[in-house]
Amino acid sequence: MWNTLTEPFQYGFLRHAIVVCTIAGALCGLLGVFVTLRGMSYIGHGLSHAIFGGAAICAAIGLNFFVGAGVWGLASGLAVSRVTRRRVIAADAAIGVITTASFAFGIALLGLYSRVKQSIEATVFGSVLGVSLTDMWVIIAIAIATAAIIISYYRPLLFTTFDPEVADVSGVNTARIDALLMLLLTFAILASMKVLGVTLIAAALVIPPTIARLLTNSFKRMLIISTGVGAFSGLVGMYLSYHLDISSGATIVLVNFILFATAYTLTGAKRLNRQPTPTPPTETTPSVPATRSRQPLPTS
Amino acid sequence: MNAQGDTMDARVDSITPLVRLDQVTCSYAHGRPVLDDVSLTIRPGTFTGIVGPSGSGKTTVLRLLLGLVHPQIGTVIRRPDLRVGYVPQVETINWNFPVTVAETVLMSARNGRRWPWTNTAEEDGVADVLDRLGIGDLADRHIRQLSGGQQQRVFIARALFSSPELLLMDEPTSGVDIRTRHEMLHLLAELHDSGISIVVTTHDLNGLAAHLPHLVCLNTRVMGVGAPTEVLTPDILERTYGAPMEVLEHAGMPLIIEGRHAPTVRHTS
Repeated sequence: MWNTLTEPFQYGFLRHAIVVCTIAGALCGLLGVFVTLRGMSYIGHGLSHAIFGGAAICAAIGLNFFVGAGVWGLASGLAVSRVTRRRVIAADAAIGVITTASFAFGIALLGLYSRVKQSIEATVFGSVLGVSLTDMWVIIAIAIATAAIIISYYRPLLFTTFDPEVADVSGVNTARIDALLMLLLTFAILASMKVLGVTLIAAALVIPPTIARLLTNSFKRMLIISTGVGAFSGLVGMYLSYHLDISSGATIVLVNFILFATAYTLTGAKRLNRQPTPTPPTETTPSVPATRSRQPLPTS
Repeated sequence: MNAQGDTMDARVDSITPLVRLDQVTCSYAHGRPVLDDVSLTIRPGTFTGIVGPSGSGKTTVLRLLLGLVHPQIGTVIRRPDLRVGYVPQVETINWNFPVTVAETVLMSARNGRRWPWTNTAEEDGVADVLDRLGIGDLADRHIRQLSGGQQQRVFIARALFSSPELLLMDEPTSGVDIRTRHEMLHLLAELHDSGISIVVTTHDLNGLAAHLPHLVCLNTRVMGVGAPTEVLTPDILERTYGAPMEVLEHAGMPLIIEGRHAPTVRHTS
């Protein structure tokens, strides 16, 4: 048992992979709260596909992954966020067009350049092999920055997520908050892509917050639980991936799913009780007498 | 006498309108105008109801007053630094969102704090505004675990938390029962008495509009402006709603009978 847990530590790259998987899970869990509550799940999915196109170009022309895919990802992230603000084309259709085209472009490039061909499976489904020290430091830096930004912009983020229009009227710069969130999401996807894989990042963004929502009615607690669930799935998924020799994206998502199924079953009874329970109106209105006559309001 | 003189001075000072729409025309992409040549002045201390059928541009007027949309033609002049509170239609709220009543109210705090943590002053402020609206004991409830009237009060509380001079409400009585509507009317009257100017949109002629001191009848254009007895007339109502209506008088207020010529659906067995 102890061996199972410690064996991966004998290899340097797996030590990095443990850290990267755990933080990737936590990061996706944290940002996933905003993604799911804003109904942007499809955007997360699309963004990872778009970034893949950028990554493939980098691989083809030998450019640093984080630089190339970062620029590409930011451009598509801002394009997507702009598209969703307009209403002429349905947002999901527009995102589908932009991001799947980018994904197809990436696949084509990887096919043309044979030296990167074998890594397609790893890219699409995630792999713990070849996680470098740089990857580890990059995701640690991104995680710290993300946590700091979410704490220091907590209220505008919450307000914009809950009620963008009223937030706008109340002096919150919602366009800037939207862009900030897209920026954080892009960086998180970039840093998690290697271990989670292009196609499975969306699940890591959606499942932990869904579990957290089942367990709490509080936004703060939802952020904490979702981050914890993500981190746990990342860690356990990493071990399963190593020992069973399966893509790490798949094992992490499977752990997530098992946690979801457990939470869903255990909260079944409670969920039924959480249906709206209106209290009788008599409790609510101590100060207002019910008048029976029709009276105009006093004009002043 | 002295006190009266003071209020007189205050009245004179406050003649500067809070918001003024001047010959505004508004249309969304490729469509016919939603608003056509609409002029409207919201003065301090007034309580205005905007009535009209759905699609008449009521919500667009609110959005213009809020500064969320800008007109293609005409101008919107808002008094600088005007504090506006906005209560959206309850139907537009995501009731599954994980926030409590207190957290919802706190959203509109304008002290520049962005941290998750609250200070004592904020907590006291939230408790005060909830008490004022008679929902002080519900602070820790999830927004879903409330009755319709309570839910409406939470969002009024949020708007009041930023101490607005102008309160805008979109359809405050849509989808509520008669008792809640009565309570809402009294609550709005209290807020108005406390010095807040109010603008509401409504399609509820008898339940809400007839009780307000000042109405604007809207159907893309302004069809009538004035007290209910002046504008809730068969002529203006027919131009506003495009259907004939009968107006009776009851307890000194107009009572509108809709669909006088509508066919009666009979019971068949």
